[in-house]
Amino acid sequence: MSTPPSPLWEVFIRARRGLNHVHAGSLHAADAETALRNARDVFTRRNEGVSIWVVPSSEITASSPDERDAFFDPAGDKVYRHPTFYDVPEGVEHL
Amino acid sequence: MAQVYGNDFGTPDQQPGRPQMPPGPADLDPETFVELLADEDRVEPRDDMPAAYRKTLVRQIAQHAHSEIIGMQPEGNWISRAPSLKRKAILMAKVQDEAGHGLYLYSAAETLGVDRADLIDQLHSGRQKYSSIFNYPTLTWADVGAIGWLVDGAAITNQVPLCRCSYGPYSRAMVRVCKEESFHQRQGFEILWTLSHGSPAQRAMAQDAVDRYWWPSLMMFGPPDDDSPNSAQSMAWGIKRFSNDDLRQRFVDMTVPQSEALGLTLPDPEIRWNDERGHYDFGTIDFTELFEVVKGNGPCNAERMAHKVKAHEDGAWVREAAAAYAAKHAVAEGAA
Repeated sequence: MSTPPSPLWEVFIRARRGLNHVHAGSLHAADAETALRNARDVFTRRNEGVSIWVVPSSEITASSPDERDAFFDPAGDKVYRHPTFYDVPEGVEHL
Repeated sequence: MAQVYGNDFGTPDQQPGRPQMPPGPADLDPETFVELLADEDRVEPRDDMPAAYRKTLVRQIAQHAHSEIIGMQPEGNWISRAPSLKRKAILMAKVQDEAGHGLYLYSAAETLGVDRADLIDQLHSGRQKYSSIFNYPTLTWADVGAIGWLVDGAAITNQVPLCRCSYGPYSRAMVRVCKEESFHQRQGFEILWTLSHGSPAQRAMAQDAVDRYWWPSLMMFGPPDDDSPNSAQSMAWGIKRFSNDDLRQRFVDMTVPQSEALGLTLPDPEIRWNDERGHYDFGTIDFTELFEVVKGNGPCNAERMAHKVKAHEDGAWVREAAAAYAAKHAVAEGAA
């Protein structure tokens, strides 16, 4: 008799207060609680974090690498979204 | 209560009681919250926090979010009439940013256990407010410049210290907002620069816009410190870092030299450099106007709310269609 394959979990770690949780990696575990404990042991053995989130990998919807160019194209030609697009006259400060 | 881009204050008849010092409820571990504040550290969503701190944050962040969303209206008014394709593209990008900022802030509020739909409902029913600056009309194209330069300038002055606010999700949202805002003020300045170096009529239009927006921009910082009991509590909680008057002075000090560069006059004959203080002096602000606008008696209060509610209702079919589409595909996937 074989056990069913355990699901994959994505692990997000908050390194310290005030920072976002950031993706650290993934691991297999039978349930969320085990995933959390395993994530602690795998990713925070040297105090790398103060908080952990685990999310089932199957629940993540990702953009497709094949469509990357078309997907991100709309932002490509909008240079006016950056402050450097605008001329600031000589000597004018705090703009 | 009125919210001015992250500045929390009310009219004199709405003032709360004495500031309440942390900790709040008895079941709270006082060590944790008080120590976090003492260490200038961040409070994160799952930490214990006094109920009053949570309530203040929900109100402030929600009203900040509402301000971003309502703030799309005065400028959106000029998208179809922008003087060139370039100006139109820039204005669309800016209004789009404001929508994004509203969403960051609603998300930050939701980390405190409230629901976005409920906050929007409170705005629509008048139980929550937004910045009173958006209750002034945009009569000419120059007003778009004045809003970028003065209103966004005042907002940035207020929002930069909020990047160090004690509540983590709010401070992180403000970091993103401030980074994106950096082009807003410059584009406003550039509009006014172009007009003030144009024909006499264009120059007059720029001066008129500055004349109308200067005082309301100063009011964005809220009542004077002596008359702002909310501030003491917010400063004790690390939500607010500088007093209303300090921020207002900082804004005046940055803006007066910029107005000189523009060749435009700020409508206050009392503005002059004070060598002793190391700051610009300026005239007395008529706060009765501010409180009238906060109470709902500004030029555009009714129009702004009616437009917001209508936009929400007109969009109902989009939300229903999206939900129906998702439900249909969930059924199809379940069957497969």
